[in-house]
Amino acid sequence: MITIDAAGMHYKELNRLIREGIGKGIKKFFLENINGQYYIGDGIKGDDVVININGTPGNDIGAFMDGPTLIVNNNAQDNIGNTMNAGKIIIKGDAGDVVGYGMRGGRIYILGNAGYRVGIHMKGYNEQLPIIIIGGKVGSFFAEYMAGGIIVLLGLDDSDEFDGDYFASGMHGGTIYLRKKIDFSKYSKDVELYEADENDMNFLKKYLIEYADSFNIPSEEISGKPFYKIMPSSARPYAHLYTSA
Amino acid sequence: MLSIKNKFSAERDISGCGLCGIINAKKIKTNGRDIKKSISVEHDRGNGLGGGFAVYGNYPDYAELYAFHIMYDNLSAKADVEDYIRNNFIIEKEEPIPTFRTSKIYDHPYLHRYFIKPKSDRPDKLFHELGDDDFVVNSVMLINQNYDGAYVFSSGKNMGAFKGVGYPEDIADFYKLEEIEGYMWTAHNRFPTNTPGWWGGAHPFTLLDWSIVHNGEISSYGINKRYLEMYKYNLALKTDTEVITYILDLLIRKHKLPVSLALTVLASPFYQKIDKMDGEKRELFTALRQIYGSALLNGPFAIVFGHSNGMVAMNDRIKLRPLVAAAMGDFTYVASEEAAIRAVCPSPDIVWSPKAGEPVIVEFEEKNIHQKGGLLGL
Amino acid sequence: MTKSSFSNIQSEYLALIDHNKCVRCKRCIQNCGWGTYSFGGDKILADHSKCVACGRCYTYCPEGAISIVKNPTVLRENANWKEGLIKNIWRQSETGGIVISGMGTTFKYKKYFDHILLDACQVTNPSIDPLREPMELRTYLGKKPSRLDVGLDENGESVLKSKMPPQIELQTPFIFGAMSYGSISLNAQKAMALAARALGIVMNTGEGGLHDDLVPFGKNIIVQVASGRFGVHRDYLNSGVAVEIKIGQGAKPGIGGHLPGEKIGADISRTRMIPVGTDAISPAPHHDIYSIEDLRQLIYAVKEATDYEKPVSVKVAAVHNIAAIVSGIVRAGADIVYIDGYTGGTGAAPNIIKDHVGIPIELALAQVDERLRDEGIRNEASIIAAGSIRSSADAVKAIALGADAVAIGTAALVVMGCHVCGKCNTGNCSWGITTQRPELVRRLDPEVYGERLYNLISAWSHEIQEVLGAMGVNSIESLRGSRERLRGVELTDAELKALGIKHAGL
Repeated sequence: MITIDAAGMHYKELNRLIREGIGKGIKKFFLENINGQYYIGDGIKGDDVVININGTPGNDIGAFMDGPTLIVNNNAQDNIGNTMNAGKIIIKGDAGDVVGYGMRGGRIYILGNAGYRVGIHMKGYNEQLPIIIIGGKVGSFFAEYMAGGIIVLLGLDDSDEFDGDYFASGMHGGTIYLRKKIDFSKYSKDVELYEADENDMNFLKKYLIEYADSFNIPSEEISGKPFYKIMPSSARPYAHLYTSA
Repeated sequence: MLSIKNKFSAERDISGCGLCGIINAKKIKTNGRDIKKSISVEHDRGNGLGGGFAVYGNYPDYAELYAFHIMYDNLSAKADVEDYIRNNFIIEKEEPIPTFRTSKIYDHPYLHRYFIKPKSDRPDKLFHELGDDDFVVNSVMLINQNYDGAYVFSSGKNMGAFKGVGYPEDIADFYKLEEIEGYMWTAHNRFPTNTPGWWGGAHPFTLLDWSIVHNGEISSYGINKRYLEMYKYNLALKTDTEVITYILDLLIRKHKLPVSLALTVLASPFYQKIDKMDGEKRELFTALRQIYGSALLNGPFAIVFGHSNGMVAMNDRIKLRPLVAAAMGDFTYVASEEAAIRAVCPSPDIVWSPKAGEPVIVEFEEKNIHQKGGLLGL
Repeated sequence: MTKSSFSNIQSEYLALIDHNKCVRCKRCIQNCGWGTYSFGGDKILADHSKCVACGRCYTYCPEGAISIVKNPTVLRENANWKEGLIKNIWRQSETGGIVISGMGTTFKYKKYFDHILLDACQVTNPSIDPLREPMELRTYLGKKPSRLDVGLDENGESVLKSKMPPQIELQTPFIFGAMSYGSISLNAQKAMALAARALGIVMNTGEGGLHDDLVPFGKNIIVQVASGRFGVHRDYLNSGVAVEIKIGQGAKPGIGGHLPGEKIGADISRTRMIPVGTDAISPAPHHDIYSIEDLRQLIYAVKEATDYEKPVSVKVAAVHNIAAIVSGIVRAGADIVYIDGYTGGTGAAPNIIKDHVGIPIELALAQVDERLRDEGIRNEASIIAAGSIRSSADAVKAIALGADAVAIGTAALVVMGCHVCGKCNTGNCSWGITTQRPELVRRLDPEVYGERLYNLISAWSHEIQEVLGAMGVNSIESLRGSRERLRGVELTDAELKALGIKHAGL
């Protein structure tokens, strides 16, 4: 275990200390007085490494991350979990724009809201299954080009899960779960809305419990309502866009 | 027709040449008779369109002042330049450069010298902080670029260039070099190939205490020039010599490289050789090429380069131009041809041909000669 | 609306079989990826409408019985309403689609390389004999400090005080341009990897990730990160000698990528992590880059993930304001900038883009190099020029205009048999290059074509050495940016000014 006082520290130095620490076998990091440092957890490995972040971390936390867990006890900024491969990011506040861009594995749990462009081009393959669960709502251009993985929108404050237009454009893989039935056709012509069945709920259960535990919320508060799911209408939404010269 | 600037300035000015240099490591002075005799042996290497000399130690009474040698082709240019100098410099002394009519030099510019130092409250201080040397460099470039009819051809301390259009032995008589004394001399006999001679274009080319005489046409001129322009050098003369001087100024004065490493940049070893060096040295030489590849002088050259601490002579990395060196007591001689040395030092202690790209470095006083060239003559 | 199958478009080529020569071996049926040929009981039949003139059938016909000719049935000639325009109108009215094709523009724009002449030494300085004297082509790509930082060791010898930033060492100033696994076959990538290793140069994965078979070639690979982030993860970033962030490419500046579902088989699905048969879509922008400071953010995200051990390259298409853009990219921390001209591009792209967007690499390169020098930051990044480098002469001219190295794409595919038919997007490439059909991929032998790629680059390198020797320099760095050695012919003052070269005779 190690505590790093990051007050006034440049990200390059901070992340070097973290990488060095992991190299020495340290498993638990407490980062104090974080404010704006970019790239925390960028490209690090180690399934049992946990980094606790106190303060407001800068952009791109958990980019290319491959195993560790990041716990942000405040709000987080943009580009969380950019192209992340494995591990877990827990945000005990709101997240900024572009969460989980190109994400290909691991989990991102956000207690509050997330900004614009969440989950663009998430992808999955077999056991590589990225999962984002958002407690509040999301902005526009959500799940664009989504090719795989799971996004769950909980809308826990019982407001709308959506806070914008243009959702799931070009979605051609993966699944979005909602806690509320909505007329999704007004947001996207590329997807269909279904009721979540028992298989879906069994699959989700483990992640919803983990999510609830991460934020000390009773899990029944989350799973108490029926879920709906959104799937792409076609694996090739743009199949007829082109004609060969 | 008298010409002090390159009237063909869109073109690059190139030349073939002969050169020689004499240095006394203990700073014992000699007059200009020997250097004249030495360079005149190489008469046929020039064509009468450029000759010149640099001498160090010739202004002991003004050793702390910048000695500007300026050529003018009209008197209004002189008035304008002197306005500039008076606004920016303290003038300790100024006078015509003594010249002596000979039958060989018909036309010549008006030649004047100034012993000056930059004013501490000069106007440019309002805009930036430049050291005296940098300010002098900028002033030289400014005058040469912007003042028609004026050309600064020497600007160092306790040294001076004496040059013009003519064979070097005639130029020596014109300036009566036998009455000038110095502890280091270089000389040049020019064979310009694409422009008629012009007074400013004769060698040596000087900047501050640097003086260069040079033989050969650099094939990498284009990129050398663009590289220097990135560091805000104004290459007004379009000569190889100007390029070499500025590269040395950049590497030694501005980038603070040791002289020997700076010279390695000019004629760097091939990768084949670098790859065989051991660890740290290989890293250093590889980095040198990675960083300074654009400053490599590619193509034929031999240079003699004078500076306040001594003299360097070297040729290119595949030895396309001749260079011979000899030593006799405290004297070291270098020249394009051995005969030029033998003319003034018939029986030197040693004579050798430096290897390609390996400099002969002579420094004053405590360090005598440590030439890195192979001693083929031993 | 009802759809009619009737088409105005007639076959572009005719596949003619000389039945007197034909021995009915059916190799043409086997070889054609387009299904042009079939056996009619007693003779080979050809469906001309399927022929794209890819040249595979006649190359492999043992009897020389096949000729492919342009369909002599003409459209009325009209200099304004050219054949291609009329056909595209028909095509689009029949399908409602965006017209798409591969291999860059086919428009006849001025090729500036063809209007630039090289210098040679005569008398005043000597040419050098490249066959017998050293002639160095070694090139390092990466950020160079503006000055050497040296100190003295205990013996008084100079030593480097600070470590050099990471560099890619190339034995000759060529690299293979980015072509992804997916757009081209694994065997085509393997051929380039084998050649790159033998030559001491690098290939580029493109945006499709790195197949396991290519992992051992890491020292000769640049891995690419594009907007689709296919196959991008920590180990991938660390598996090559450098990481390239692709912003744009010459064939399609400003738009994303679209690999049609026909080319997404099981293996591609795995490396790209998308379902089999879906279209692989790369968004037009990187959604984490909407501004230059965001580029800096991604560059440093990559540097953090690679512990600052890999140079980061940024690839952009040559567009109007390229000089200012590249200046920004360099200031954002890129170690290498790859500039792709408008005639370049192997990638399938909408014709509206590839035929009309971008500027020539020669002009872009000249302006970028000049701008970076003006700003005193040319040393901060290496420049790779691309966009249809067709010969070693193009390469020499690009380097003299200011490039550190050039990238080749189309030329490499031509080595593998490509006849530049431009149908890459269909996935039917008879040569096994731009296809994922196993029976077609199998015919491209990586060893054979790796050797041919090696031969081509070796030959081009020798040619560059000849030029260097003629110019009297023995190292590529003395040519780099040396525009004094270039002269223009048949160029306007504006063109000469943009190129930064003089007219011949001056």
